[in-house]
Amino acid sequence: MISFTPTDEQQMLIETVRRYATHNVRPVAHDADEGGAFPADVLQTGWELGILPGNIPEALGGLGETHSAVTGVLAYEELGYGDLSLALHLMSPALMAIPLVLDGTDAQREEFMPLFLEETPPPVTAALIEPRIHFAPDDLKTTATYENGGYLLNGHKVCVPLAEGAQWILVYAWNPDAGQVDGFLVRGDAPGLTVGPREKLMGVRALPTYSLMLDNVRVDAACRLGGEQGIDFRRIQAHSRVALAALGVGVMRGALEYAVDYAKQRVQFGQPIATKQAIAFMLAECAIEIDAARLMVWEAAWKLDQGQDATRESYLAKQYVDQAAVMVTDSAVQTLGGYGYIREYPVERWLRNARGLATFYGLAIV
Amino acid sequence: MPISFEIPERIRQNLQMTEALASGIMRPDARYYDEHEHERPHTFITMTWPVMRDQQKRQLDRMTAQARGEVPEKKREGPGIIYLNMVFTFEMLSWGDVGQMLCMPTALLAGAAIEAVGTPEQKERFLRRFAEGDQPVWGAMAMTEPGAGSDTSAIQTTAVLDPQTNEWILNGEKIFCTNGKLALEESNGIVVVWATVDRSAGRAGMKPFVVEAGTPGVTIEKVEIKHGIRASDTATIVLKDARIPYDNLLGSPEVQRRDTTEGFKGAMATFDASRPLIAASAMGVGRAALEFVKEKLAEEGIEIPYGKPRHALSAVQRDVLEMEAQLRAAWLLTLRAASMLDHGLHNSLEASMAKAKAGKVVTWVTQKAVELLGPRGYSCEWLVEKWMRDAKINDIYEGTGQINLLIVARRILGYSSRELT
Ligand SMILES: Cc1cc2nc3c(=O)[nH]c(=O)nc-3n(C[C@H](O)[C@H](O)[C@H](O)COP(=O)(O)OP(=O)(O)OC[C@H]3O[C@@H](n4cnc5c(N)ncnc54)[C@H](O)[C@@H]3O)c2cc1C
Ligand SMILES: Cc1cc2nc3c(=O)[nH]c(=O)nc-3n(C[C@H](O)[C@H](O)[C@H](O)COP(=O)(O)OP(=O)(O)OC[C@H]3O[C@@H](n4cnc5c(N)ncnc54)[C@H](O)[C@@H]3O)c2cc1C
Repeated sequence: MISFTPTDEQQMLIETVRRYATHNVRPVAHDADEGGAFPADVLQTGWELGILPGNIPEALGGLGETHSAVTGVLAYEELGYGDLSLALHLMSPALMAIPLVLDGTDAQREEFMPLFLEETPPPVTAALIEPRIHFAPDDLKTTATYENGGYLLNGHKVCVPLAEGAQWILVYAWNPDAGQVDGFLVRGDAPGLTVGPREKLMGVRALPTYSLMLDNVRVDAACRLGGEQGIDFRRIQAHSRVALAALGVGVMRGALEYAVDYAKQRVQFGQPIATKQAIAFMLAECAIEIDAARLMVWEAAWKLDQGQDATRESYLAKQYVDQAAVMVTDSAVQTLGGYGYIREYPVERWLRNARGLATFYGLAIV
Repeated sequence: MPISFEIPERIRQNLQMTEALASGIMRPDARYYDEHEHERPHTFITMTWPVMRDQQKRQLDRMTAQARGEVPEKKREGPGIIYLNMVFTFEMLSWGDVGQMLCMPTALLAGAAIEAVGTPEQKERFLRRFAEGDQPVWGAMAMTEPGAGSDTSAIQTTAVLDPQTNEWILNGEKIFCTNGKLALEESNGIVVVWATVDRSAGRAGMKPFVVEAGTPGVTIEKVEIKHGIRASDTATIVLKDARIPYDNLLGSPEVQRRDTTEGFKGAMATFDASRPLIAASAMGVGRAALEFVKEKLAEEGIEIPYGKPRHALSAVQRDVLEMEAQLRAAWLLTLRAASMLDHGLHNSLEASMAKAKAGKVVTWVTQKAVELLGPRGYSCEWLVEKWMRDAKINDIYEGTGQINLLIVARRILGYSSRELT
């Protein structure tokens, strides 16, 4: 039955994460963006929300009833509302944990899942994006060649969050033998793996990201996620698109909220600028886009929870959010006029962050 | 109920029948009625009347029984699906042909106004005709005037009480009235006419009056010749000393009082129900265009991939994906607005969001469809050019795109209609 109401439990989760985003994250987001990192205590408080363990099913040792993408996107929207860098940082353990939930073998889950139930999760990440203008997630140049009971990984990755000092990195690579993209669990200190210098990006500047060189990095066959079957990369991508889109909805919501307040206070020509249709209509369009985007994210997440193929829905939702997020954050900058262009005000940061969404693949997963 | 996008089984069953009608009757006739502007789509009307009649009878019987307090309101498990069902139906029928869909014999907007503010006696007297007989009956709503379109408070049609006969005397001109001729000249229908009892009182003076077919002094001066939805009847109604009984003023005495806008507000609330329906109708046209474009592209070997980054798509693929995403976005907004009605929630913000978005999206999507199909898209050989013409009305009636944006803007800014004009 079509319904748009979160459960009571989900509502509680939303409120908890929203409080954290509002009181802990937003006040320090500017300094974090300028300084390149969030304070450790803000991150610690974030881990303690237990968003990830709550979304790992009890049967796999987690604290949740089931793994639910819908529950996930509700929390992710709030994190995105807080700050995109922070959200991506906080949810980086999920980059390994959720693929384990979805496709891991029993042995792999047994070995790795307990890591994610600690108060402070281990430093882990995933590497998907490659530095080519024609990059597409299902057309990877990084390869995994089967040899002597293991795999040799070769390639070049970028935009790998928290790669420096990572304990494990889930590396996505083309597996020619299987004819599919697979995920490989690689130790952060594996021979042949070089973490490049920290990247400088247009946005998400509080999130440390790195390039990664893989030069004949050898992993055991047991490190192929999903064992002999490998992974269902279509599904993992769908979970990832939905996660990124949900974060985008949060970014947009924050930007609109700020612009609405500003427009009602800023007086020019003797009246608040919000009383002009040129501003008011722009904001109304933003409000419509945000609600539409959210519903698309929910639908895609719901389909995933039904165990159905959500390739189409997640793709359309992500495409939609990618564009809407830029439109909305740009409208917020525009609403602030000259001030919108000044870094002291948050809207230009949100525009820089929002533009990243269309470029990001695999940087979040739910 | 948790977040879900599962279409209820009953709606799915209904949709099968609706789809048969839409594809079997409406589509094949669509071009004919586009080219024969003022002819009536008899097959469609004949087929839908018994269904609409029986449905309206059930509704009316339920309403009157409840008003008499005879049957306790049945305790339903959870919310109903009346409005959800309606948006799905409107979407499907409009996918068939929106012009014919608008000729559906129902009380529609007149019915909604009567249900919203009418007394039990009025409901029985005005709506019974929609619930019985072999001949189809139409209802219509006449607000718009030459000088009062978006600004409904500017209407000039007057209603003056003749104390001698206890009758209202109506004078004025109403234009663009959908199904006005069908209601007044081609069936024993009704039109809810908005008139002012006191021009100086603004909205408080505006009241809804029921004008029945056959009322002396009421004439259809003109039917419009239009860009699209040509099968739909758009009439000019002239009221010249038209006398109607006192009790044809809709509402209880409370609602009828001169110093309140309750009547106005009550009937304006019918927009909350009608806007999602128009949005749904827009979606049907948009889906028709999108499906057709995809089908034709597939015949040319052009498939639409889901999963590639935008920069790796062709221009045509990008357009089609954008059309699909935009339609989905507008459709979900529509479902939400309808679902809220079923839950008894106040939805005027969400209804305007859905209507503004749907009107804009369907206009763009159908224009794109014509473009993408090149010279054949522009040709009347196919229906896409017609869909483009049909689509545009959705951004105009039931509040233009701008008026719905204005409503959304006021709501998110917390402004009154005086603070944001
Ligand atoms: C990098 C930079 C360099 C600059 N250099 C100079 C300079 O050298 N000299 C100088 O004098 N100034 C300079 N400016 C200032 C610039 O000209 C102003 O920022 C600009 O005119 C907008 O004014 P504002 O920022 O006060 O925005 P506001 O006037 O507050 O406008 C805010 C928003 O409201 C909209 N708005 C305002 N009034 C209306 C209306 N009546 N109808 C509809 N919409 C309306 C605006 O379009 C805008 O979107 C500079 C600004 C920047 C950012
Ligand atoms: C086919 C058809 C069927 C119709 N059916 C019915 C019916 O059954 N009953 C009925 O009562 N009416 C009906 N209408 C009338 C319809 O509701 C009006 O056409 C509509 O409300 C717009 O009014 P208008 O045409 O006078 O345009 P105007 O109000 O003159 O608007 C012209 C333009 O100005 C814009 N505008 C107006 N005010 C503002 C504002 N404050 N801010 C920004 N922009 C503004 C509008 O958005 C529009 O773009 C129908 C119209 C058509 C074409």
